[in-house]
Amino acid sequence: MADLEKNRPQAEEPAPPKVKARKLKDFSDGTRATRITLNVVSVVCAVILWLVLSSSSSLNTFLASPAQVWEALQEEIASNGRYFKDLSISLQRVMIGFGTGFICAIPVAFLMGWYPKVRNLLEPWIQFLRTIPPLAMIPLVILAAGLTEKAKYIIIFIASFLVVVVTVYQGIRQVDLTLVKAAYTFGARDMNLFLDVMVPEAFPYILVGARLAVASSLTTLIAAEMTGTIYGLGARIQLAQQYMNTSVVLLGIITIGVIGYILDKILLLLEARLTRWK
Amino acid sequence: MAKKLIEISHVNKTYRDKTRGDTVALDDVSLDIFENEFVCVVGPSGCGKTTLLNIIAGLERFDSGSVSMNGAPVVGPGPDRGVIFQQYALFPWMTVKKNIEYGMKYKKVRRPAGEIDPKTNAPREKTEYTKLTKEEKRALSEKYIKMVNLQGFENAYPKQLSGGMKQRVAIARGYAVAPDVLLMDEPFGALDAQTRAQLQEDLLVTWQEEKKTCFFITHDVEEAVLLATKIVIMSARPGKVMEIVDVNLPYPRNQATKLLPEFVEMKNRIWNTVYQMYLEVRK
Ligand SMILES: Nc1ncnc2c1ncn2[C@@H]1O[C@H](COP(=O)(O)OP(=O)(O)OP(=O)(O)O)[C@@H](O)[C@H]1O
Ligand SMILES: [Mg+2]
Repeated sequence: MADLEKNRPQAEEPAPPKVKARKLKDFSDGTRATRITLNVVSVVCAVILWLVLSSSSSLNTFLASPAQVWEALQEEIASNGRYFKDLSISLQRVMIGFGTGFICAIPVAFLMGWYPKVRNLLEPWIQFLRTIPPLAMIPLVILAAGLTEKAKYIIIFIASFLVVVVTVYQGIRQVDLTLVKAAYTFGARDMNLFLDVMVPEAFPYILVGARLAVASSLTTLIAAEMTGTIYGLGARIQLAQQYMNTSVVLLGIITIGVIGYILDKILLLLEARLTRWK
Repeated sequence: MAKKLIEISHVNKTYRDKTRGDTVALDDVSLDIFENEFVCVVGPSGCGKTTLLNIIAGLERFDSGSVSMNGAPVVGPGPDRGVIFQQYALFPWMTVKKNIEYGMKYKKVRRPAGEIDPKTNAPREKTEYTKLTKEEKRALSEKYIKMVNLQGFENAYPKQLSGGMKQRVAIARGYAVAPDVLLMDEPFGALDAQTRAQLQEDLLVTWQEEKKTCFFITHDVEEAVLLATKIVIMSARPGKVMEIVDVNLPYPRNQATKLLPEFVEMKNRIWNTVYQMYLEVRK
């Protein structure tokens, strides 16, 4: 045994693995200047790509060029065409549907988060309804309310209500109980507690809920406007499609994107403003 | 004879847990707290100190026995008992000043008949209890911010403060509410030695000024002897009151008091009692 050990050829000591010196990654968001430059570059590249694609003969049958879309917009502005009526009607539907859904959802979410009885009564329903895409309810709502404005409000209401309830309810469950107890020792009652502790504590969740609800409202809005409606961006896109008016189709789509983007930015700004203590 | 403020008699508390089995946290605990006392509670970890404090605060239910404050049974939390939580419990969305003023938001104070009512500028017809005005709250918060040496940080948010500063805000808030008794759960537990010594001195000065009744939990026997007029030693599993020691060290007390032979002698005696219990629990 010992012999064997002795006779084994002496292995050379391997060199320790090389450790490459590595610079720490920059975790910041970059300077304002580089951020804006990159954003602008990104937009310019996208427009160039759009230009190139829309000039290819196989794509230009349905893809209008940027110039055509711009022209269509100019035309609408010059003739005071129906574009603005569609836009304002769609916005009105989103605002009313989303607004009422949001306002009704907050107290329901608070009651569910705070009172176990309410939670156990409502939770199965909320969870069940949440899994149904609001689009699936459009036919039912139309049967109930007809092809009216009310039907659109109801559908958007349902879409945003459910999203906000579920999100804000999560927020309430996360509230720091020590703060609740502290407020109690200062003499706060349940009603005070909601405004003093729950709303600020759940505030980030309320904003996330609002952003998700805006996205969901827009989806539902367009789908609702595509069934038996004359006005609204969704109806306009569909009409333009029937007339093969590709530039108006694209104008409508881009408008919807811009609305969603602006609403989201407003909510983000609000968040930055109101949660500076974070 | 001082007035009896809190009466705890034969309180039992068991935490029930199906998987882990039941834990007897308090076993027949009786304790009286008189006005102007500074009661320190020491005892091994897990002996039920926090449970006892929460029961007095009305933040925890108990199985049997009775707890009363000013003669009325304790059924829930109330502004007559201020709590200074170990985790500070500052509202992160409020500045230092707002945190302190929030403590006084629902407090009502007695306005005797004849006093000028600032709203009507006429003397009050009868004695009333009303909320504090904005100016009163501001004045009080300024006073206590000064007391805990936080001038210049009135408009800072809790996240901008160090642990010791947060604790000082919590203490200022506790005092500003002016409850009949202050309940403190290891308020200096998470602090470094220097900050701790500083806050102990602040607390001593404040207590010597206001003689505010305090119920103070600590695991540091030296701290207990320095601050207390009465020390409650609790034993573990089940949590019982083992011994109550009166601390008759002279005032004014400060860090130098720790060098007095009586201080050292008392500290060692209590420390040994607690350590013996610790060894017994380990067995
Ligand atoms: N919510 C709870 N559920 C179940 N058991 C609990 C609960 N809170 C405390 N206990 C148990 O009750 C006993 C007393 O706990 P308590 O927190 O009052 O101790 P303590 O004296 O404050 O300890 P420490 O000095 O470590 O803070 C412990 O054995 C603990 O395990
Ligand atoms: Mg404890």
